[in-house]
Amino acid sequence: MISGLDPQRLTAREAKRLLVDGETTAAELVSVYLDQIERVEDRVHAYVQLTAENATRYATEIDREMGATRGALAGLPTAIKDNMVTEGVVTTCASRILENYNPVYTASAVKQIFGDHVVMLGKANMDEFAMGSSCENSAFGPTRNPWDLATVPGGSSGGSAAAVAAGEALWALGSDTGGSIRQPAALCGVVGMKPTYGAVSRYGLVAFASSLDQIGPITRSVWDCALLLKHIIGHDPRDSTSVELPFEIELPTAERLDGLRVGIPAEYLAAGIESGVRESFDATAKLVEELGGRVVEVSLPHTDHALPAYYIIAPAECSANLARFDGVRYGYRSEHASDLLEMYEHTRGEGFGAEVKRRIMIGTYALSSGYYDAYYGQAQKVRTLVKRDFDEAFAQVDVVASPTSPSVAFGLGSRTADPLAMYRSDVCTIPVNLAGLPALSIPCGLSEGLPVGFQLIGPAFSENRLLSAAHALEQALGFVEVASFHERAA
Amino acid sequence: MISEDDVRHVARLSRLHLEPDEARRMTAELAKILEHVAKIAELDLAEVPPTAHVLDVVNVLRDDRPQPGLERDEALKNAPAVSDDAFRVPRMGS
Repeated sequence: MISGLDPQRLTAREAKRLLVDGETTAAELVSVYLDQIERVEDRVHAYVQLTAENATRYATEIDREMGATRGALAGLPTAIKDNMVTEGVVTTCASRILENYNPVYTASAVKQIFGDHVVMLGKANMDEFAMGSSCENSAFGPTRNPWDLATVPGGSSGGSAAAVAAGEALWALGSDTGGSIRQPAALCGVVGMKPTYGAVSRYGLVAFASSLDQIGPITRSVWDCALLLKHIIGHDPRDSTSVELPFEIELPTAERLDGLRVGIPAEYLAAGIESGVRESFDATAKLVEELGGRVVEVSLPHTDHALPAYYIIAPAECSANLARFDGVRYGYRSEHASDLLEMYEHTRGEGFGAEVKRRIMIGTYALSSGYYDAYYGQAQKVRTLVKRDFDEAFAQVDVVASPTSPSVAFGLGSRTADPLAMYRSDVCTIPVNLAGLPALSIPCGLSEGLPVGFQLIGPAFSENRLLSAAHALEQALGFVEVASFHERAA
Repeated sequence: MISEDDVRHVARLSRLHLEPDEARRMTAELAKILEHVAKIAELDLAEVPPTAHVLDVVNVLRDDRPQPGLERDEALKNAPAVSDDAFRVPRMGS
């Protein structure tokens, strides 16, 4: 037994070594995180629900019974975003409409790491149904950014990212439809990766926009990110869009970037990037060259059209996916109805929050008779152009780099009155989902005391290349700062 | 420009009850969002094929082998109202 484990600095790699070498136990590890939750959770609110008792019991069981047969991730304390269903553990999607929903099965990706004996600490807060960029759309109250409690953690996987940054979890699973892993990872100073579309099964991930959604890791280091990714990928017959990666995920060791061609898209830097973010990004780009990489400018000419196309496609898919929440089979049912149609309308009117309603409305409008071709049909064509832009860029470079988010963490409430301002938070991440590509964000510095994220984007199935490059950069950057739970003046 | 009547129509299609002040606010918000997304209309897309799925995956079918599904009790477990092993709903029409 060792004391003084720092939950904000401990990596999964080190935790695993301590467990294997018998220097700590799963029970001790869990107690380190539960103690930290006890200390900071009332300020951060990273979780919708904690499963502390189960976690303690399960960790003790791992220590006692599993011995040599325990899984590769045995005893590692994990947060799961609350849009992945977990059998017997209420799964809300941070929505009133699912407040008491008790799933009868477990999402495939989660089941996989449960099979490797991770210990779930709880279900992480998020924007309702993963729609948002600040975690303020949770029906159960916002999560706060542990770096500055007056700011947002980003979203939609804001609870997962804040939990890792606050030392309330060793690592976490999030989901990314337009940046929902990478942007909160950037704003919270942690690592977040969206894999190639199809690499991770979506079975049991409550669907938002099915052609864009992808589960991925949020971790404290790139090595941890590779380890968690390695254990969630794989073909799943229950998800017809899932694919087998044609290679194994390698745990990264690279310290150099010799020969790596890194493209920087002029369009991503054209407008709206905060000066502090830009400085940190430029310094990191310079570091790429010092490590032997070659930085070249590339063009992604349809960047300006990606955001509008996304805000047609994602709401259109959401309006279809969320039709299932009708008060019949599960979830909330309104008492204010005299017939079936009124029951549907009032259940959904009372059960969904403002942003979810907006997206359902935009989606229904864009798919409705007379508008389908002008909106959805056109947006699907723009998607082709966005994908072609990346294809052309990757004919010249190995990876593309950009800031993950145009700004550092912004003030709570500062963008809630203007949906478009909130949507623009994801301008650098959204094109990646439209093209189905893998991308990750690593912390590359601070601006005004808040973390800046550096995004690397690669061609489909280039996970190993991205992890390797990110690892080399991470080692050279030596980002060691941790969140301090201050509340600065807004 | 989307009108408040359009918003009420779309809300009906969406099976969403909106309070009057909600419908008013939604009209203004949707107008702004739709104006923004209309930017794609400036592109000439006549020769561009649509993309629905980013990878070249076709006809993904699993073996057609019967497997046990959810037990009835499990399927009904989360229902707001149940009667006689079925989902109970309010009467249709008024």
